[in-house]
Amino acid sequence: MAAGGTFKLEPLEQFALHPVLGPIGRAVNFTQANLTMAVAALLVLALLVYGTRARATIPGRWQSLAEMLYQFIHGMTIDQIGAEGRVFFPFVFTLFMFVLMGNLIGLIPFMFTYTSHIAITGALALFIITMVTAVGLRQHGLHFFSYFAPPGAPAVLMPLIVLIEIISYLSRPVSLSMRLFANMMAGHMILVVFASFAVVLGSLGLVGLVGAVVPFAVNIPLIGFELLVACLQAYVFAILTCIYLHDAVHLH
Amino acid sequence: MSGNSSGPRPSFEPGPPSEAGPSFEQRLRTARERQGLDTPAGAQAKAGASGWGGGVQAGVELVSAELVAGAMGWGLDHLLHTLPLFLVIFVLLGGAAGVLNAFRRFAPANKPGR
Repeated sequence: MAAGGTFKLEPLEQFALHPVLGPIGRAVNFTQANLTMAVAALLVLALLVYGTRARATIPGRWQSLAEMLYQFIHGMTIDQIGAEGRVFFPFVFTLFMFVLMGNLIGLIPFMFTYTSHIAITGALALFIITMVTAVGLRQHGLHFFSYFAPPGAPAVLMPLIVLIEIISYLSRPVSLSMRLFANMMAGHMILVVFASFAVVLGSLGLVGLVGAVVPFAVNIPLIGFELLVACLQAYVFAILTCIYLHDAVHLH
Repeated sequence: MSGNSSGPRPSFEPGPPSEAGPSFEQRLRTARERQGLDTPAGAQAKAGASGWGGGVQAGVELVSAELVAGAMGWGLDHLLHTLPLFLVIFVLLGGAAGVLNAFRRFAPANKPGR
């Protein structure tokens, strides 16, 4: 189609994993996903350590950012779970920052989006649901299983309702991981598709160059939209974790 | 006249803010808290953010419940060698669970959706 026949439109190529760090990375299969996760963790740490170092009454930019993120998640955790939620704040905050940093790093060109892999979001979601179940069992003992039998339901319907509740409970990690992974992957695919259009059209000569402006112009608001999605999905991930923790702490 | 009006005014003005102000705020907060506990307030706000996002999220809930139920049914069939039976039952149950999940996340705010 295009004059430059070497260019291929491959929107999925960006999600392929490659070993990094040379032979050492190859030996232990240390991919760019692992590297990005390590970088994200260090960036989060650096932001919070550097941001809170000054401890000024009137915060500077970084302190402001660190404090806003802290207060935002702190407020959300207590709003959603209640006063008991204070215990879970470090967990929710870590989760939120990790997901947020992963989503944002992925928007930088040539960087990898680790939240676009279901292996990673799935692992996070499995960890969350295991922890939620453990919290529920620890707080309520075997009474936790009354969660699956809502009060006031007719006894005849109980087997059906219990089964539906169990499925509903088990589908939480699936929907939690799928939502984040699908959002990130779809967004990055759309970006690549439009960027590829621009490149392919641009190689068609003058007419193509004029036409290439359109997909290029589409990509600019798309980047802004992806920025919104990156923050929103991190928030959704954190707030759903809070809602699940609330259910485990309060049972219904 | 000025002495008359200045008499009741100080007693009238600071009264309500110190008395009704905090208690009303408190009552409002507890009411909101209760409301927030009854229905996932965050989910409500998210759904309002964009209809498209809400639709996609409801879809994700439906699909994931169906997936989990299908896997459970298939697994039971695999164990008990009754292939279509439990798969059929669990796919139906999965649909119900998916609707339940979607409804719980986007339940009307005035109804305490468990």
